[in-house]
Amino acid sequence: MIAALGLLVGVVLGLLLQPDVPVGLEPYLPIAVVAALDAVFGALRAYLDGIFDDKVFVISFVSNVVIAAGIVYVGDRLGVGGQLSTGVIVVLGIRIFSNVAAIRRHLFHA
Amino acid sequence: MPEHAPEQEPEQEPEPVAGPTAGPPDPASGRARLRHALLAPTQRQVVVALLLALLGFAVVTQVRDNQVDDSYAGLRQQDLIDVLSGLSGARQRAEAERTRLERLRDDLQSDTSRRQAALQQAETEADALAILGGLVPVTGSGVRIVISEETGRVRLGSLLDVVQELRTVGAEAIAVNGEVRVVAQTSFEEVEGGFLIDGEVLEPPYVIDVIGEPALLSEAISFIDGPARAIRRDGGEVTVEELSSLDIEAVREPVTPEFAEEVPGE
Repeated sequence: MIAALGLLVGVVLGLLLQPDVPVGLEPYLPIAVVAALDAVFGALRAYLDGIFDDKVFVISFVSNVVIAAGIVYVGDRLGVGGQLSTGVIVVLGIRIFSNVAAIRRHLFHA
Repeated sequence: MPEHAPEQEPEQEPEPVAGPTAGPPDPASGRARLRHALLAPTQRQVVVALLLALLGFAVVTQVRDNQVDDSYAGLRQQDLIDVLSGLSGARQRAEAERTRLERLRDDLQSDTSRRQAALQQAETEADALAILGGLVPVTGSGVRIVISEETGRVRLGSLLDVVQELRTVGAEAIAVNGEVRVVAQTSFEEVEGGFLIDGEVLEPPYVIDVIGEPALLSEAISFIDGPARAIRRDGGEVTVEELSSLDIEAVREPVTPEFAEEVPGE
């Protein structure tokens, strides 16, 4: 419940504050968001599996975001930022799909 | 990247036993665990809530930024190059299209002007033919010739001489007594009391209105041994009056040729 409230609070804060994304961060924020989504779905799956650990969640959340943004950053330096961010999105998307499939099996037994 | 993926499961297995979620009684049912977490939250959820708040904040920010931002700031160099080349391609296509349309327009314009020129020429020709055929009333400079009979009767030959001389010097329209327009098909016949011209009986004095160059026309009548002299010999009198403006109202019904046909291709 507290977790759901936290999500709600974050959304409301974002709507109220309407912050501007710094230009330097603009290419990385979408990737970071997708990576964080992946971490959240993974956590939900682990929770349903009964193996959730908040420490693991925090670390995986942060490292997911940092690594995803880092890969894109390195890609930008190497001149393949666009392609690498596409690749990261694809990989994260696949993981999100498989996690959601597991969650679905838990919740709906289907 | 490593997450709650299958390879992590073994090392995490012992931890839930330590009780991260307040000891779920039924570890087999994920649904029950979720319900339990929603209904009886523990303090451990606070850190999760914090991260989820961060995620929600970031998602909203990114979505809004994506909707608002239509400038090119923050784009990668490669993206900018792609945008640029896309624009130049679009411009080239637009220019090619413009060239094509301009050529089409020029074609149409020259076509139109050609057609207009042809139309104008045809109209001019039609006007000239209408005047020559005596189909329309005409006006212009010319002479008025009055032939009266004083002591004798004017012969048909003398009258034809007059018409012939007028035609020779380029008379463009001729009318007799304001009633009969003299054209190529006009016939002359001598009858009792006058002449039968195109089915009309005309009596003296004969007034011949002619449109053309006045000096030439009057010269054509009155030159030495010309038609004027022949008429005087017949016993008639001729007066020629040069006019700067003369109207000929008499017209002729158009005739459709019955036997003559146009030679095709001429």
